[in-house]
Amino acid sequence: MNESTARFEQLVSRPSPWLAGDGPHAELVVSTRMRLARNLATVPFTHRAREEQLQGVVASVASAASGTTSFAGALLLRMHEIAGLDRQILVERHLVSHELGDGGRPRGILVGSEERLSLMINEEDHLRLQSMASGFQLAEAWGSADKADDELSQALDFAYSEEIGYLTSCPTNTGTGLRASVLIHLPALVLLKEIDRVLKSVMQVGLNVRGLYGEHSNVMGNLFQVSNQTTLGQSERDSIESLDRVTRQIMDTETRARERLVRDARVQIEDKVWRAYGLLRYCRSVSAQEVINLCSAVRLGVSMGLPGLCPLRVINELLVLTQPAHLQREYGGELTPEERNVYRAQLVRQRLAAAERETGSGA
Amino acid sequence: MLCQICGKNPAVLHFTQIVENKMSEYHLCEVCAEEKGFTEPVKPFKEKFDVAAAFAGMINSMTSNEEERVGSVQCPRCGMLYSAFKETGRLGCAECYNAFQFQLRPLLRRIHGDTRHKGKAPARDGQTVSRARQVQRLYDELQRAVAREEFERAAEVRDEIKRLEEAAQSESTS
Repeated sequence: MNESTARFEQLVSRPSPWLAGDGPHAELVVSTRMRLARNLATVPFTHRAREEQLQGVVASVASAASGTTSFAGALLLRMHEIAGLDRQILVERHLVSHELGDGGRPRGILVGSEERLSLMINEEDHLRLQSMASGFQLAEAWGSADKADDELSQALDFAYSEEIGYLTSCPTNTGTGLRASVLIHLPALVLLKEIDRVLKSVMQVGLNVRGLYGEHSNVMGNLFQVSNQTTLGQSERDSIESLDRVTRQIMDTETRARERLVRDARVQIEDKVWRAYGLLRYCRSVSAQEVINLCSAVRLGVSMGLPGLCPLRVINELLVLTQPAHLQREYGGELTPEERNVYRAQLVRQRLAAAERETGSGA
Repeated sequence: MLCQICGKNPAVLHFTQIVENKMSEYHLCEVCAEEKGFTEPVKPFKEKFDVAAAFAGMINSMTSNEEERVGSVQCPRCGMLYSAFKETGRLGCAECYNAFQFQLRPLLRRIHGDTRHKGKAPARDGQTVSRARQVQRLYDELQRAVAREEFERAAEVRDEIKRLEEAAQSESTS
């Protein structure tokens, strides 16, 4: 096993730190993410560049990053050198996009310590810098993305115009190239059928809403990704402040909805939560989708402070660990979808049983 | 991109569906999406900026002559045609922003409601002649050498790149 393989094994052998469930407002916001799109001034954008030009981009970006403190000791993975299942692992961990995960063309990913910072190379743009934090931490996530970007720009000549800012492959990112987002859990608003109204008003103020796995993904487990849409005519601070304001409003509305549920339908909610827990704890075959949906109910119970449930961290981690690639990795080989459902059920049962032993939950 | 089902209308709904752990990507036009019943309990979130719609709005106000003329505008650096950009929604290189500036400005306004950058600028101290820039320059030189069939020079440049990359690698892992 060479060093890079060993470090990859080490990276994926533990759950992503942003799933820790320990950040501010973790009962509502799973994680906060910043993404900056950058391109090298002298190379055509990824989809128009030749193979050897893209190799040059990987080399110069990796070299630039090695000189920064942000990416000190970062792990560089070249996508075409990684097996398909391992690439899918990185997608499930939100480290790389589906597009980068396909493994064709010279592409890479730099993963900083603790997976807080990562840098996709030759995705839609030459550089996609990403900063992740557990819970609701816009300022912290922006701080590290901003610093890494400054450090990289000392060594790389970014495509930039005084008038329209950073030049990106798609005009929807031109300007700041920033996508600031929060992954927020809104089960009470969905239960009370108020979600459409809330999301509509979010979109009216120029923010975007998507599912768990970003662009083009379905909404699962009442998890919504809220992000800024505009990148031109707004500074990074403007975009982040507006996301901050709106996220706080959404959190307030969800909290009030949860209070109403407890006041008016306490027994029904507790019953729903514990039935979900029971299914997870004793199932013998379960799909990834069902796990996500059941976890949503348990998560609601944990956030409402129902005694006897497992910690948030356990629930957050199940969201990723029960995805197909993580599951097969844990199993140590390929599984058919039916086998996966059986193995997934086993993994979920074990995780919850372990949490019960540790914390005395499950009473 | 055209709709996967009818192959005629532009695809405006892009989504990933997960059924029994099998992930499928769909790119559909509105008509086919509705016909196939791809609707969700919570209405999505069609990307707010719909490239096709933004273009459609602009093109309707043009005659076909004008459209043809604009479509044949070409980026002098990467050779991208404006008509190709219109189809894919992706620009070819940084220079495309200059080449298509008259067409892009109204488009940017449509997407962002503004055309002026108000965010940060690259932090450059101008003094760091970094290894990264050196590697980038060498790759450019390598391409030129190969194009001119100067293979001896190309081999030299390749060795130099290898040396720099190995140095960077050993630093980053130490």
